[in-house]
Amino acid sequence: MLHDQETVLLQGHIIDSLILAKVLDTILMMGGTFDLQDMQIGKTREEPSRAKIVVRASSAKLLSEILHAIQPHGASVESERDCRLSAAPADGIFPDEFYATTHLPTQVRVRDKWVEVEGIEMDLGICVDTVRLTARTVPMGEVKRGDQVVIGREGVRVIPLQRPRDRDVFSFMESQVSSERPHGRVISDIAKRLVQLRIGFREGKAGSKALLAGGPAIVHAGGREALTWLIDEEFIQVLFCGNALPAHDMEVDLYGTSLGYGHAAGRVVPHGHEHHLRTINRIRAIGSIEAAVRSGVIKTGIMAACVRRGVHVVMAGTIRDDGPLPGVITDSLEAQAAMRAAIPGIGLAMLVASTLHAVATGNLLPATTPSVCVDVNPAVPTKLADRGSFQAVGLVMDAASFLRELARELGWRP
Amino acid sequence: MSRLLVCPPDYFSIEYEINPWMRRSNAVNSDEAVRQWHHLMLVLEQDVGAVLERMKPVPGLPDLVFTANAGSVVGGTAVPSRFRYPERQREEAYFEDWFREQGYEVVTLDPGNFFEGAGDLLGFPDTWFGGYRQRSDIRVYSTLSDWFHREIIPLELVDNRFYHLDTCLCPLSGGDLLYFPPAFDRYGQEVLAERIAPSKRLVPPEAEALRFACNAVCVGTHVVLPAGCPETESLLTSRGYVPHSVPLDEFMKSGGSAKCLTLALD
Repeated sequence: MLHDQETVLLQGHIIDSLILAKVLDTILMMGGTFDLQDMQIGKTREEPSRAKIVVRASSAKLLSEILHAIQPHGASVESERDCRLSAAPADGIFPDEFYATTHLPTQVRVRDKWVEVEGIEMDLGICVDTVRLTARTVPMGEVKRGDQVVIGREGVRVIPLQRPRDRDVFSFMESQVSSERPHGRVISDIAKRLVQLRIGFREGKAGSKALLAGGPAIVHAGGREALTWLIDEEFIQVLFCGNALPAHDMEVDLYGTSLGYGHAAGRVVPHGHEHHLRTINRIRAIGSIEAAVRSGVIKTGIMAACVRRGVHVVMAGTIRDDGPLPGVITDSLEAQAAMRAAIPGIGLAMLVASTLHAVATGNLLPATTPSVCVDVNPAVPTKLADRGSFQAVGLVMDAASFLRELARELGWRP
Repeated sequence: MSRLLVCPPDYFSIEYEINPWMRRSNAVNSDEAVRQWHHLMLVLEQDVGAVLERMKPVPGLPDLVFTANAGSVVGGTAVPSRFRYPERQREEAYFEDWFREQGYEVVTLDPGNFFEGAGDLLGFPDTWFGGYRQRSDIRVYSTLSDWFHREIIPLELVDNRFYHLDTCLCPLSGGDLLYFPPAFDRYGQEVLAERIAPSKRLVPPEAEALRFACNAVCVGTHVVLPAGCPETESLLTSRGYVPHSVPLDEFMKSGGSAKCLTLALD
């Protein structure tokens, strides 16, 4: 996404002369937008006023036409400097004063040009290739000695999010999370987005993948069938989870229990607490989840649907994991990198019933990606919404109810 | 007493074309131009009572006669012009020298900041107007406003026949404004309409505006304007001014008239 913008200064007796009005009108009439970033109004008739205006346009060409049109009225482009660079002193170490990213679209000025930073994500550094005129984010652990890293704030600009054009829940987020808000409308808007994304995905359109990051509560609470259906119907292309979600999902298939609770009976089954361990052991013996599904050992559920539909699954392990299942990435930096690699192309992220994976995924997402965080604990959606993105919706709600309602909205008839 | 800077038209001619009025084929009748100029001086000195300071004309600088573009004078300070067209840039040094010789403190704008003096900067005692877009650059007004602690309202000139502010706007001593609104964009028209009461706005008919009715010199209640603007004269009379019309057709061939031929020094 390219945001073309330039900051201009306008000074003098610009208010009573209607020069400011003329400049702003011109910007709007030509199809641009503006932000009055700074406005100092003269205190007396003689004292001049001063305005700092950020002009934005949908293309570089339009921006240049607008600047050309407003310059004769005194709007001069603020002189800008290139960003400062310094070589990383060693592998995995940023230079002092390194610039730390936000999750908002960011540009750096390199050789008098604004360059879009690729792979924007919060809390990373920015590496610049001054020959190719490219810039990309880099995690601290991945920076290589000698990489040219942006330092300081000069020549770096962060583009505030424009409100999305779609008139759905994602366009009106005010970063409030409440358990008292009606869920129906939000879920119905998510469903509409999923339908649109599926169309795009089937047509091979970029940015059309839906991501679900989920915890085992989905299985415990009874959301397994709904999620399985959503995957089978190709509404989800990427799944982030840990060891527990797949373990309990397959436990249901093999033993009819999750964490020892009989799914049908709704009570603890004798020796049920061993079931998930036996499940994990079984899959380890087979070698992979995929092999277990393909050989017919695992027939139903979320993981079976993922294998059938070729969903990209990233399983990130944690310190308390049993087993773990084959395929679970136990090195947390490797897991982070695998999740990061799966982010490009995501058009909607659903973070359901997992504090760990919701926060980890939230941190990897650019602010431009719509996301919905569902948890019975208001602290989780609040934490996500506090990131200050227009497009983060928080729902205080049980995971199973959410998934079942969403699937029903999309045509699931259990 | 009003002092005006003037420059005899010894070398006045049309040697280049830098405004829509100038056509090299439309040659100046030099004898007639000299006669008209002397007539204007006579009216200014005898009828109006102005004191004239005469600059020495320079061969090869045909437009030096238009002293309104020498610069702007505020008290003892002079800001010499920085002309947009190279054809007139050669005049800058002569005007600057004259200001220095007369003991003015000369303050200069940075090169590249176009400013054509009293041709574009006019006003009432408390508010000045700065014409821009055709010749002067709007940016100079914020500098000048800083230097002189005055409010300067920039006005965009949108018709290249009215290429200097003094071709379409003339503040009069009684707070009246003689001006031709279509020379300004709608923002400028609105600003002027808001600042000047309707009874104080004197608008000449288009035919007279195109004869430079607004390019007038106002000294006290006397207003010297080009001949051929009877309606403008009536407007002036109705507001208590004494109009003096002077034939200046030879100078109109170059896009100038009474006001362009003078620079108010006090």
